[in-house]
Amino acid sequence: MAENYFEVLRPGINTTFQDNGRKNYYHIGIPFSGAMDNRNFVIANAISNNKKNNPVIEFALQGPKLRYKGDKVYFNVTGDVNFQILRKNKIEEGVCYQNLVLENNDCLDLISTNRSVYGYLSINASFKIDFYLDSYSVNTKAEIGANNGKILQKNQIIKIENITKKYSLNKLDYINSKIENIRVIKGPHFDYFSKTAKDLFFKEKFRITKLTDRMGIRLDGPKIENIKYTNIKSEGLVKGTIQITADGDPIVMLSDHGTIGGYPKIGVVISADYDKLVQIPPGSKVKFKEINLKDAETIYKLYEMETQNLISKTK
Amino acid sequence: MIKNISNLGDAALYCDFGNDVNREINLNVIQFFKNIKKSNIPGITNITPSYNKLIISFDLNITNFDKIKTEVEQLNFKNEIVNEGNLIKIPVCCDNDFALDIKRLEKLLNLEKEEIYKKFFSKKYYCYMTGFIAGMPFLGDLNDSLYARRLDTPRVKVPKNSIGLTEQFCNIYTFESPGGWNIIGKTPLDIFDNKNNTSPNLINPGDTISFFQISKLEFEKKYG
Repeated sequence: MAENYFEVLRPGINTTFQDNGRKNYYHIGIPFSGAMDNRNFVIANAISNNKKNNPVIEFALQGPKLRYKGDKVYFNVTGDVNFQILRKNKIEEGVCYQNLVLENNDCLDLISTNRSVYGYLSINASFKIDFYLDSYSVNTKAEIGANNGKILQKNQIIKIENITKKYSLNKLDYINSKIENIRVIKGPHFDYFSKTAKDLFFKEKFRITKLTDRMGIRLDGPKIENIKYTNIKSEGLVKGTIQITADGDPIVMLSDHGTIGGYPKIGVVISADYDKLVQIPPGSKVKFKEINLKDAETIYKLYEMETQNLISKTK
Repeated sequence: MIKNISNLGDAALYCDFGNDVNREINLNVIQFFKNIKKSNIPGITNITPSYNKLIISFDLNITNFDKIKTEVEQLNFKNEIVNEGNLIKIPVCCDNDFALDIKRLEKLLNLEKEEIYKKFFSKKYYCYMTGFIAGMPFLGDLNDSLYARRLDTPRVKVPKNSIGLTEQFCNIYTFESPGGWNIIGKTPLDIFDNKNNTSPNLINPGDTISFFQISKLEFEKKYG
């Protein structure tokens, strides 16, 4: 067949191409971006026998519905995703974490994520997309990356090349564990807040509101009272930083965050809890738990070992 | 120089250069930024200079806080020379269609519009940092008779390429974005060029900016 491609029948809510993001551009206002849940991203590529940093399609809550045209291609879906493959004469229920096949005219309907936010679609082939500043990752705010920096659009075509003919039965038995306790290291402005506020921050639950996307999570809960300055001179931010707004609400910076900000930083989510934090859907409640740097480093090592172990189990 | 280095979470260094905002402290930050970039310390993934802080992000799979803090502290920059920033001229059209908050400023500052523009265009500005949104430059310092507070209710959408003022600073909205700065005009230049794959930023920290006024006709003719 001359050309292989997906036709986007339904784009989904926030569907983008992502790899592991771009480095070294914070100073010009460009954040990391990249797949929100890195573990599910690397597992998707491992099952596809792709390079570690191959771009995938990331979707949030409601995924895309895609019609496939072309030679037979293998794909897999990671995350906790409800999906179907609509074939000529039958509808097949999708199973995550294993290679499945798409033939000419099949439809892949990534219906929704279950009690989670992000899912990933990887193919044993490459998407024909553009690279910008060392990455394919779409950053819709700066309009950069693949697909002209835009989310998927209805009726657009996604070209596919370099299809791997060989099938490998890579699969993984994996259940995404959910967490409610998010571990946090105290931030540089921790003492801007009253004793009561600091206690509340680590004792009470906060609800993840609908004002949540790839840029950040806005939380709702008890007001965190600032006793010093509600604004600081703007300074750099990192993924996972928790700022307290002038109204006393926490906001957590995520992968597409503004690179600098002027609210005090009460804490930073530890690297090991980031993948799980981003998967908590709006409406759920979270609790922050204080942890020191040394413990956070140890926990990260264990988390990374676990990820590597999962990757080796896919083969 | 650096007053203190602490951790920002488990994967970044928070380098504190003081609390004031002035050119001297900021030049220290920028010099440090450039030198760290040159040093190629393994594992650094991002460096973010701002008015008086520098944040260094790193990859926890390659290094850790103690290691990288020691490496940063051991760097000796004494003989390094800071590259002088560039001088960049930015055209601005102050037509009423673009100067969304000029009436508010006339009242707030108790100045006629002509005086506001005279004071604004007669100074050169220093770029302290770029960021928040891609390429947005934070410039200063304004003539102190132009210091104005932010809008009480920020705009949901500030048009792309608007020039805004607040306190001692001015900036350029490189993309349509929410914002509360007082808008006095618009430039036809793209400050962040997302088609440029090597250096998309027109203005970088340490650069000097001078603005000059153009008519609506020039704005449209040249760039429309």
